[in-house]
Amino acid sequence: MSEQHRSDLEQRVTALLEAHDPATTGRAEFLRARWDAGLAWVHFPEGLGGLGLPRDLQAHVDDLLAAAGAPDNAPERNGIGLGMAAPTILAHGTPEQHERFLRPLWLGEEIWCQLFSEPGAGSDLAAVATRAVRDEPSDEWVVNGQKVWTSSAHLADFAILVARTDPDVPKHGGLSYFLLGMREPGVEVRPLRQLTGEAEFNEVFLTDVRVPDAQRLGAVGEGWRIANTTLNSERVSIGGQAVPREAGMVGKVAAAWRAAPERRTHGAHRRLLDLWVQAEAARITGSRVRQQLAVGAPGPEGSATKLVFARLAQELSALEVELLEEDGLRYDDWTLTRPEKVDFTGRDAGYRYLRAKGNSIEGGTSEILRNIIAERVLGLPGEPRVDKDVAWKDLPR
Amino acid sequence: MTAQPIPAAPDLDLLPSDVETDLRRSVRAVLAKTCPTEALVALADGTDEVSGPAWSALAHDLGLAALLVPEEHGGAGAGPREAAVVAEECGRACAPVPFLTSAVLATSLLVRLGAAEPLARLGEGTTAALVVPAGTGSAGAWARRAGVEVSGGRLVGEVRGVVGLPADLLLVPVDGPDGAALHLVPADADGVTVSTHTSLDATRSVSDVRLDLEAGTPLATGDQVTAALDHALATAAGVLAAEQAGLAAWCLEQTVAHLSERRQFGRVVGGFQALKHRLADLYAEVGQASAVAAHAAAALAGETDVPVSVAVAQAFCSEVAVHAAEEAVQLHGGLGMTWESPVHLRLKRAKADHVLLGSPDAHRDNLARLVDLPAPTPEAG
Ligand SMILES: Cc1cc2nc3c(=O)[nH]c(=O)nc-3n(C[C@H](O)[C@H](O)[C@H](O)COP(=O)(O)OP(=O)(O)OC[C@H]3O[C@@H](n4cnc5c(N)ncnc54)[C@H](O)[C@@H]3O)c2cc1C
Repeated sequence: MSEQHRSDLEQRVTALLEAHDPATTGRAEFLRARWDAGLAWVHFPEGLGGLGLPRDLQAHVDDLLAAAGAPDNAPERNGIGLGMAAPTILAHGTPEQHERFLRPLWLGEEIWCQLFSEPGAGSDLAAVATRAVRDEPSDEWVVNGQKVWTSSAHLADFAILVARTDPDVPKHGGLSYFLLGMREPGVEVRPLRQLTGEAEFNEVFLTDVRVPDAQRLGAVGEGWRIANTTLNSERVSIGGQAVPREAGMVGKVAAAWRAAPERRTHGAHRRLLDLWVQAEAARITGSRVRQQLAVGAPGPEGSATKLVFARLAQELSALEVELLEEDGLRYDDWTLTRPEKVDFTGRDAGYRYLRAKGNSIEGGTSEILRNIIAERVLGLPGEPRVDKDVAWKDLPR
Repeated sequence: MTAQPIPAAPDLDLLPSDVETDLRRSVRAVLAKTCPTEALVALADGTDEVSGPAWSALAHDLGLAALLVPEEHGGAGAGPREAAVVAEECGRACAPVPFLTSAVLATSLLVRLGAAEPLARLGEGTTAALVVPAGTGSAGAWARRAGVEVSGGRLVGEVRGVVGLPADLLLVPVDGPDGAALHLVPADADGVTVSTHTSLDATRSVSDVRLDLEAGTPLATGDQVTAALDHALATAAGVLAAEQAGLAAWCLEQTVAHLSERRQFGRVVGGFQALKHRLADLYAEVGQASAVAAHAAAALAGETDVPVSVAVAQAFCSEVAVHAAEEAVQLHGGLGMTWESPVHLRLKRAKADHVLLGSPDAHRDNLARLVDLPAPTPEAG
């Protein structure tokens, strides 16, 4: 398949660059032209920034455009929008919703956050208590509740929201999925500081926030199924990029090792080589998962990608701190900042070590991922469930 | 060539005496009062309302600055076992006090050198710090990285990553052509520059020390200094193992408490077998850490089997403390990642403790010599 696709894509990229020379075209104008040419995300349908091509061809387009000095859509500023909201809206949205939301999302004009977790519903996402009640006369929903650990809420224009629309049925069946305007009255965002010192996530209080029924995604009561599309997209997007050998955390550790011969020990050497091999295995497995996705057959390795990624990030960053000896006792800065983007391999070794702790919690904890692999992939029996057939409102809390 | 027999294990009393149990109780009560979580968290923001009161309560109210100072110099004349009890509590509470660095490390060095006058001052609450880079576990390790020399009658050099500052008195070991020497320098003397960095563990600061001042007469010279350094670093490393064991025990207890309360999926989360098994494994590790740390303290007290006991204690307890703290963060979920939570304080302290007096790797390398398990010889060619 791909030779034909590749040369076709290359022609389209050339045509785009000829019609809109990046050197003389403004950033916004270039990005819009790129969208119109179907080169935003080639695996999206025609008319929605794509060409209906296999997903792995996107990297080639990105490389060609970057090489020509074209601006990108600053994907690091809208990770939740691009990685989670967009595939969910595409899969479950109406044509009007596609039309309204996908373009400004991809262009980075509208930033998204994820209002899923609550103080009482983390791993057990289906237990969310935030209520959405239909107001028939206005054809709107009125939302009340509290969300927590919401990354980027302070920057976001819109949120993907899971809320309870029917407390009288068992928990999975009473949820609906909404696209909520974060600038609406009744949305209050409070910074929540994390162990790195920065406040990357937030508490979000929702008080009588109105959401038009046109911003409900999918049917009433379908929220759980749709939320799973979001979560699967999140987990796939982590292994989604082709990376060179020694990219990411392993590169940081390797550099620290090469830089300080006097600090080397036998024990650290063994661990470094062991982790280097594991990082290489993860890189290779990621390539295969990507190839499988491109031909539409995601294999079970995909579910394990995030699990392995988190463990490696943690072990590598831990080793890096140790390799630095007395310098590993330092930290760059505890000042409370509100980062614009998250960079797992940014700042110093201490930061990387601390931030990596979140990798096995955010987007589904490693324990929950193991349950998913064991139950949904390996087909092992589930844990005894006490909450399956009980109306949500009658569950013990 | 006949193989050296490996050192036989001594039979040591690993149970606390009544005195030690009382001591533990009073230290725990004092630290519970003086080290509230909010105050510890605020340290990273540069607000210190905790280290003064906590140290004052330990040093003055309980007299623990003088714990290891011999009676003839006005101290309590206690030993490593008692010091380990205090350190264990400091680890549990994450106390930002110079107990380990001043009352154990610096004091042990001065005791071994019989330095009456400075010891009397330390017993009254004056603090001292040994000016060596963090990660120094023995006199040999120090000599490989010594940063200060005597040149033209002046003490000159820079030492990076010194823990235990601010302190009143600096103990500066110097490696010169005539062997080692130990100089005592008041921290506020002209020619002393201390620059303190932002530290990963805000409950224990890290500084660089620059010296350029008249050397004066050293307190001691020669092999005596090297031997005293080895003794003091071993004592501190053994006592640090107790701090690590205490920290690990706190992490286990806190995590069990949280998971006994937290409900998800209509169940108490601690009831999921996957987590129960992890906590049971951690319980086994924490119990071992406590025993191993008690063994190191008893070995130090009895001056028997010190090198092996201390190397084992550091190699083992460093890892358990980090593991327990990492499990605590993970098993608290999002809460474990938050600034207000007491959990991350332990993670940062455990990670810093891990390198403080020699990494577990360094202690294992040391052990390889002690118990005749040499590393493979590198292949020729
Ligand atoms: C850095 C960061 C960013 C985040 N960003 C967002 C965001 O943008 N939007 C959002 O909605 N959420 C976000 N989260 C929240 C995250 O999804 C939750 O923290 C996570 O799902 C865990 O929920 P919890 O914190 O309530 O932990 P709990 O569910 O209380 O879990 C506590 C511990 O118990 C374990 N556990 C729970 N159930 C089981 C079980 N059945 N079997 C075995 N072990 C179990 C968990 O794995 C965990 O270790 C973020 C979290 C972090 C750390």
